[in-house]
Amino acid sequence: MNKFLRINDLKVHFPTDDGVVKAVDGLTFDLAKGTTLGIVGESGSGKSVTSLAIMGLHRGSRAKVSGEIWLDDIDLLKTTDEEIRAMRGRKMAMIFQDPLSAMHPYYTIGQQLTEAIRVHHHVSKKAAKVTVVDMLARVGIPSPDKRFDQYPHEFSGGMRQRAMIAMALINNPELLIADEPTTALDVTVQAQILDLMRDLQKEFGSAIIMITHDLGVVAEIADDVLVMYGGKCVEYAEVDDAFHAPDHPYTWGLMTSMPRLDRTRLERLVPVAGNPPSLINIPPGCAFHPRCTFREFASAPCDQVVPELVQSYPKHDSRCLIPAPKRAELFAEQIAPRL
Amino acid sequence: MFYYILRRLASVVVMVFLITATTFALFFASPIDPARYTCGKNCTPTILEGNRKALGYDQPATVQYGKFLAGLVVGREFPDNEQLKADHPEQIVKCPAPCLGYSPSQHRTINEMVSEAWPISLSIAVGAFILWMLIGVGGGIVAALNKGKWQDRTIVGTALIGFSLPTFFVGLVLLTFPAIKWGWVPIPKYVGFTENPALWAANLILPWITLAFFFAASYVRLTRAYMIETLSEDYIRTANAKGVAKWAVIFKHGLRAVLTPIVTAAGLDLGGLLGGAIITESVFSLHGLGYLAVHSVTTMDLPTIVAMVMIVSTFIVVANMLVDIAYGFIDPRVKLAK
Repeated sequence: MNKFLRINDLKVHFPTDDGVVKAVDGLTFDLAKGTTLGIVGESGSGKSVTSLAIMGLHRGSRAKVSGEIWLDDIDLLKTTDEEIRAMRGRKMAMIFQDPLSAMHPYYTIGQQLTEAIRVHHHVSKKAAKVTVVDMLARVGIPSPDKRFDQYPHEFSGGMRQRAMIAMALINNPELLIADEPTTALDVTVQAQILDLMRDLQKEFGSAIIMITHDLGVVAEIADDVLVMYGGKCVEYAEVDDAFHAPDHPYTWGLMTSMPRLDRTRLERLVPVAGNPPSLINIPPGCAFHPRCTFREFASAPCDQVVPELVQSYPKHDSRCLIPAPKRAELFAEQIAPRL
Repeated sequence: MFYYILRRLASVVVMVFLITATTFALFFASPIDPARYTCGKNCTPTILEGNRKALGYDQPATVQYGKFLAGLVVGREFPDNEQLKADHPEQIVKCPAPCLGYSPSQHRTINEMVSEAWPISLSIAVGAFILWMLIGVGGGIVAALNKGKWQDRTIVGTALIGFSLPTFFVGLVLLTFPAIKWGWVPIPKYVGFTENPALWAANLILPWITLAFFFAASYVRLTRAYMIETLSEDYIRTANAKGVAKWAVIFKHGLRAVLTPIVTAAGLDLGGLLGGAIITESVFSLHGLGYLAVHSVTTMDLPTIVAMVMIVSTFIVVANMLVDIAYGFIDPRVKLAK
């Protein structure tokens, strides 16, 4: 049976005066209902661009989007503007990173959530208000009928993010894309928001794409993990495998640079050396090779041969020129002890 | 809110008071003798002194200013000299409150002159305002939505022309061709709106276009710039992500946010224009407040100058106040102080 969301060889390229920016370059993944995919990567690795491509929000911009995005056996890239507009907010919805700038400053929270309903359903404002107040209560906003008439700037950061989530969930979307929904929040609020999303997923059975650069969030909520680097997927695995047996030097770098509270070691964190690649001039060969500390073990010259995404273990793909057994050895010897 | 408006009104009064006081002071600091201007070619010292007395120019400036202010509140009578009034009771002219003064060059009260000129300026300003808002804001939106395409270039190019061509040139071209040579529209001559609305509009269409061409240009640029900025805001992306229809995104979400700077500019421009469009009125020989102002300056008609300065500054100061109050309604983040 086909999965709910299937993305095949997605490419999002932005032609600019300086050359083509390959923000996403050949991305393939799928997602079943009721499950969560965590997409991880540094800033500029193509995470947000991917989510906007699924929502069809690159339309009308310069971006060239190609490949296939199948949602429930509809190829979203072949839909008309009107068809995809009717799906946005209803079949698929998105939670944005910064709810202060993502909400309209001149309309009340109630007006904005009511609009989200009334765009898709012919209901009276009164009936919509009942649904909105109910949803605001469900995402844990106290005295929702009072909050209904307040403006975004009168909400605290955490409450605003809850309102944003309520707005995304108001039409019970089957696909929910959350673009760094907790990045701007305190850790305590972050945990509440993640709990909330998990509860709502149970209730509605939605598929969730959680975009983040916070591995802790992924460990908390995701079923599958997709690690992006330079617009490409470098590792794609189930969450346990990704955390206990990561199979790509970049993922190792992410893991070892993550602070851990449960280890009281005095050694310093090891950041991934260097900077994320320029998406106009992606390094030849493996995009990660200039920053890779294990390139000497590669079976082919890293700076010339482009590695393919291959399945190294069941349900575990990675894109690396180091032979899989050697990677397992390197991980066991050098990385695992540091985790 | 109520106290805020009250406080602003008080400041308007103070502001207008200061402006008129300054105008008075400047006038008396000049070396020109205003009485000389009221005395024609065959001027004799007797007539000159008589006029000076009749107009009250023989009194100290502070006294004259005091009388002017008193006239605003309780009205005045002219000539401004008890003995002259007693000698020639048939010459007494009554000027009820708010008395703006008596014009020695026109031999009538300024209230009378203003009440004739004001409807003309009001008609010109309001008509032009509606025209330029429609063209300017509409053009700005079209340009913003087609940023970089030929529509955008055409609109911005035309706006640049409108902005750089002087009003008297556009006015003269419009007067010469459509009105005089081709006879499409009447040569502008003010007809009251209540008399004949169609004729009123036909006579004023050229002044409206003249002013609108100039003002619309700056509104095209303003609207386009703010619209482009707004359309790249995160909340516009959110509206799209909610599935809001394209036009609702542009008008309900986009234009709503652009309204603030537009209302600011529009309020101030309209306020300024209500005090008279000097060049346009002169080109089309329409005797509105702008024409009155020019005339009063060229004839050194002190009372009229002071009255005109007061009227124009009141419009601008009040427009400023209304814009600030409007903010409180347009932008919910603005809280008017108590």
